[in-house]
Amino acid sequence: MSENFRLDNVGLVNRNKKISFKFNGKNYFGYEGDTLASALIANGVHLVGRSFKYHRPRGFFGAGVDEPYAIVQMNRNNEVDPNVRATEQELFEGLEAKSVNCWPNVDFDIGAINNFLNIFFPAGFYYKTFMWPKSFWYKVYEPIIRKAAGFGAASIKHDKERYEHKYEYCDLLITGSGPSGLASAYAAAQNGAKVILAEDKSRFGGTLLTSDETIGNQSGKEWAEKIISELKSMSNVIVKNRSQVFGYYDHNMLVMSERVSDHLPKTEKYTPKQRLWYIRAKEVIISSGSIERPLVFGNNDTPGVMLSSAAKEYLKVYGVLVGKKPIIFTNNDSGYETAIEFKKNGVDPIVLDTRKDTNSEIIKEAKELNINIKFSYVVVAAKGYKKVNSADIAKISDDKKNISSIENIKCDCICVSGFWTPTIHLASQSGNKSKFSEEIDAFIPSQSKQKETTLGSANGVFTLEETLKTSFEKGNELSKKITNKENKVLVPSVVEKKSSNHDKFWCVPLPEGKNYKRFLDFQNDVSVSDIQLALREGYRSIEHVKRYTTLGMATDQGRTSNLNGLQLVSDIENKVVPQVGHTTFRPPYSPISIGAIVGREIGKHSKPTRKSPMHYWHEKNNAVFVDAGVWLRPRYYKQGNENLFEASKREAKNVRQNVGVCDVTTLGKIDIKGPDSAEFLNRVYTNAWLKLPVGKARYGVMLREDGIVMDDGTTTRISENHYHMTTTTAQAANVLTHLEYYLQLVWPELNVNVVSSTEQWAGAAIAGPKSRNLLQRLFPDLDVSNEGLPFMGYMEGKLFGVNAKIYRISFSGELAYEVNVESDYGNFMWEKIIEIGKEFNIQPYGTEALSTLRIEMGHVAGSELDGRTIPYDNSLEGLVSKKKDFIGKRSLNKKAYIESDRQKIVGVVPLDKKTSIPEGSYIVKDAKAKLPNPKLGHVSASCWSVEYDNPFSLAIIKDGKNMIGQKLFAMSPLKNKVIPVEIVSSHYVDPKGERVRS
Amino acid sequence: MLHIKCPHCGLRSQNEFSYGGDASVKRPELNKEISDQDWDNYVYLRKSPRGKHLELWQHISGCRQWIKVERDTLTHEIFKTLKANEEV
Repeated sequence: MSENFRLDNVGLVNRNKKISFKFNGKNYFGYEGDTLASALIANGVHLVGRSFKYHRPRGFFGAGVDEPYAIVQMNRNNEVDPNVRATEQELFEGLEAKSVNCWPNVDFDIGAINNFLNIFFPAGFYYKTFMWPKSFWYKVYEPIIRKAAGFGAASIKHDKERYEHKYEYCDLLITGSGPSGLASAYAAAQNGAKVILAEDKSRFGGTLLTSDETIGNQSGKEWAEKIISELKSMSNVIVKNRSQVFGYYDHNMLVMSERVSDHLPKTEKYTPKQRLWYIRAKEVIISSGSIERPLVFGNNDTPGVMLSSAAKEYLKVYGVLVGKKPIIFTNNDSGYETAIEFKKNGVDPIVLDTRKDTNSEIIKEAKELNINIKFSYVVVAAKGYKKVNSADIAKISDDKKNISSIENIKCDCICVSGFWTPTIHLASQSGNKSKFSEEIDAFIPSQSKQKETTLGSANGVFTLEETLKTSFEKGNELSKKITNKENKVLVPSVVEKKSSNHDKFWCVPLPEGKNYKRFLDFQNDVSVSDIQLALREGYRSIEHVKRYTTLGMATDQGRTSNLNGLQLVSDIENKVVPQVGHTTFRPPYSPISIGAIVGREIGKHSKPTRKSPMHYWHEKNNAVFVDAGVWLRPRYYKQGNENLFEASKREAKNVRQNVGVCDVTTLGKIDIKGPDSAEFLNRVYTNAWLKLPVGKARYGVMLREDGIVMDDGTTTRISENHYHMTTTTAQAANVLTHLEYYLQLVWPELNVNVVSSTEQWAGAAIAGPKSRNLLQRLFPDLDVSNEGLPFMGYMEGKLFGVNAKIYRISFSGELAYEVNVESDYGNFMWEKIIEIGKEFNIQPYGTEALSTLRIEMGHVAGSELDGRTIPYDNSLEGLVSKKKDFIGKRSLNKKAYIESDRQKIVGVVPLDKKTSIPEGSYIVKDAKAKLPNPKLGHVSASCWSVEYDNPFSLAIIKDGKNMIGQKLFAMSPLKNKVIPVEIVSSHYVDPKGERVRS
Repeated sequence: MLHIKCPHCGLRSQNEFSYGGDASVKRPELNKEISDQDWDNYVYLRKSPRGKHLELWQHISGCRQWIKVERDTLTHEIFKTLKANEEV
């Protein structure tokens, strides 16, 4: 299609660089500096989508973030980008986009039948219709609604683009680079303040790019360029375009989304697609400007009806005519600016002004240009389906209640101007309770809650002179407070036209016998009649009306719809707008991508990965790893074609028969020092600690104050006032916090210090009947006999010259030792153990074999200490001191905790000795009982016992103490399994604990 | 995101801290008789005030000290921060 709406020599786009792009499969051309919207309009394309509910044709309404309609699906560098505003998307070579919310295509959309059935789609339609029958909701209604509703389709593929987060601190953050933003930034920068100036669009200057005022002796645009280039050259200023400050959070934290690469055909190497800035500002200047308000009339959603300010922007910035027979429909002077632009470029507009014959400088100018102006005139209805082709216009009475002499005139666009709505979203998010300004029929910020100051038209100030004056002043004043420096700049003189008052009129009455849809919310298809219905049905609070009708929801957030909706509610309710109030503005101001929120925290980067010093040895020796908290631990070491089951059985068996070595570096370790350490441990653990001699370890259990087991582990007395505590891998951080809580807040009189030493030590558990022989070879100078180093003993020694600590403790239930060396020597230690252990048939074992060994021994771990069990449940009641007090003790005599049939840990063996019991299975008395089958408890951990070569599980069941010997059932509804089982002791292997002491 | 002034380290972002609940709760003394009711109140019952609240935070990614923060639960305004051993 030829470019027939582009003017020569007008606008800021680069005529020397032609750009080809594709929309809905067709090829078009635009220029560098175009948006997708301006390029499409230049090509005469106005049909870009279908509306949300009725699938009515949708064109362009705005020229930027205010656009409610033109949301497209982008394909950029083989990545899908749904819900992109065509008015914000800059054109690049090869851009591909298509319409959303239409099927099979935008020209012929089957969903448009909703438009003709709209009698069935009133406000709250979904709530009313799909309530019955209930069972239909998930199966029938919801999938259909889901398919018909919504905008673009997200990709199901992993997003390969890179997103970043950045933290920044500044004295002044300024949101918007219009006149108020530029002036305040400039004044603050002169005072030496650290300034961030953020502009949503690609071009700086805001309204200065399209206005006719002069500043000093320059045009607004020239002045803006000069200020920006000066700001850019200053080291204390960060100037960012394509950056939307979308959220104002607590304590002056604002978040900004920078679209770093969205305007490029593809993201360059080492740069992100988008960057999210977390900015903590000492002062915030909100200079976000204002958005033109629509006027409400019949079929005011037809493509070709758009904001007058947008038409002016397309003309002045992009050199694009939105139409060649325009109607300007206005209630104030702004519409005339657009009319004059049209006229200057050889297009004859008709101005319909709702006001009675009015005079002002700009109206005079329009009259001098022979522009056809009709006062007391309105557009009654737009005509045309996919594009406006004419309009019914009429005279309106002085009281604005009656229309007369309706006539139809040809036109190809209708530019509406219903005055201006300040963009107060950020101020409102900061906690500023807005106030209603009668003068401008809109809300403006009132008392600041945080350190925010709203300036310019965002604050309801619509003259350039006043805006510049206050902005220079505020920029100077706020920065001076911070930097204690003042370098005052002169406020330039301004030439601008004086405006006459706007007309409060906003909604054209329906002509008799006509039932035109008059839209308030263009994005969500909410019309005047929907609001009327909601109010008739009894909705009063504006928050309820919003949710019932969807007014002001979704990505639009009421930018264009809010005030007209409020006007209507207050008219019907006979209230004034401030009584109705507005709905809460919440971040984000405009949509941001999920990718930007997530940033780099994806996949493996979502949390740190911790590796032990022996990690690369494990890797080289075919370890298959498993996530254990943030650690990577070997799950098993694969030999040949072994699977998990075979390998773990082999490894566990070798521990029982020979000797195995397991990397236990990941265990939490806490160093405890101070004269009151013993007393402190005595309060933290349930058992007695005062008499533990130096050089001995003890197993301990610690509770929360509610009596629930928090963690277990061994603690060793290294010297008189020095202890080494171990925790489980998962609870390491929580235990440290727990200890710090009691030391700092509850018992500050105790002279004890705690510090994490997890990373300082590499640990290897050597377990099995031959472990002592191996240990003796590793430490030939030490007496490691049962007498020299008894069970729960501790020794220090040199491992080939390296300082080592040896703890005779055992998780596997075998004769076992844990050797610790400083982390840097971890791999050295490990290789020595493997090398010398060969003689004893040593094999490394992973977490799966480790589990097997502890389960068949009945040693509890995380799956039993699951935050729901007390010591008794885990058969740890023997470790609960009756004599002394400790954390959580008072809770243990709760009625539920001392009932005689309290749950307790037991062992479970399938009767057939073959079928493994899935973890999480229920234990029940009668497998055939009526559902819900009363459960006795659950299976917490399962393994294949290498000692007896049959499956074995641990379970925590009601009255476990008296259940030994019972024949019950393990049921797993999830796996559809019912397994007859026998309850046995949880100590399945070596119940007397002889091996560890051997 | 809150900006909390750690009495040891200065002004820091909330993500360096972890929340620890009502700072006015006192643990009953060890080895002292206490009624079921009082113990349950200590373990489970917390006020949820709208407005001023003295609460504990731990500077977990910083100095690891537990601190007291007087904060408005409605507006998030922080009136003062104290070391663990200081009283309001």
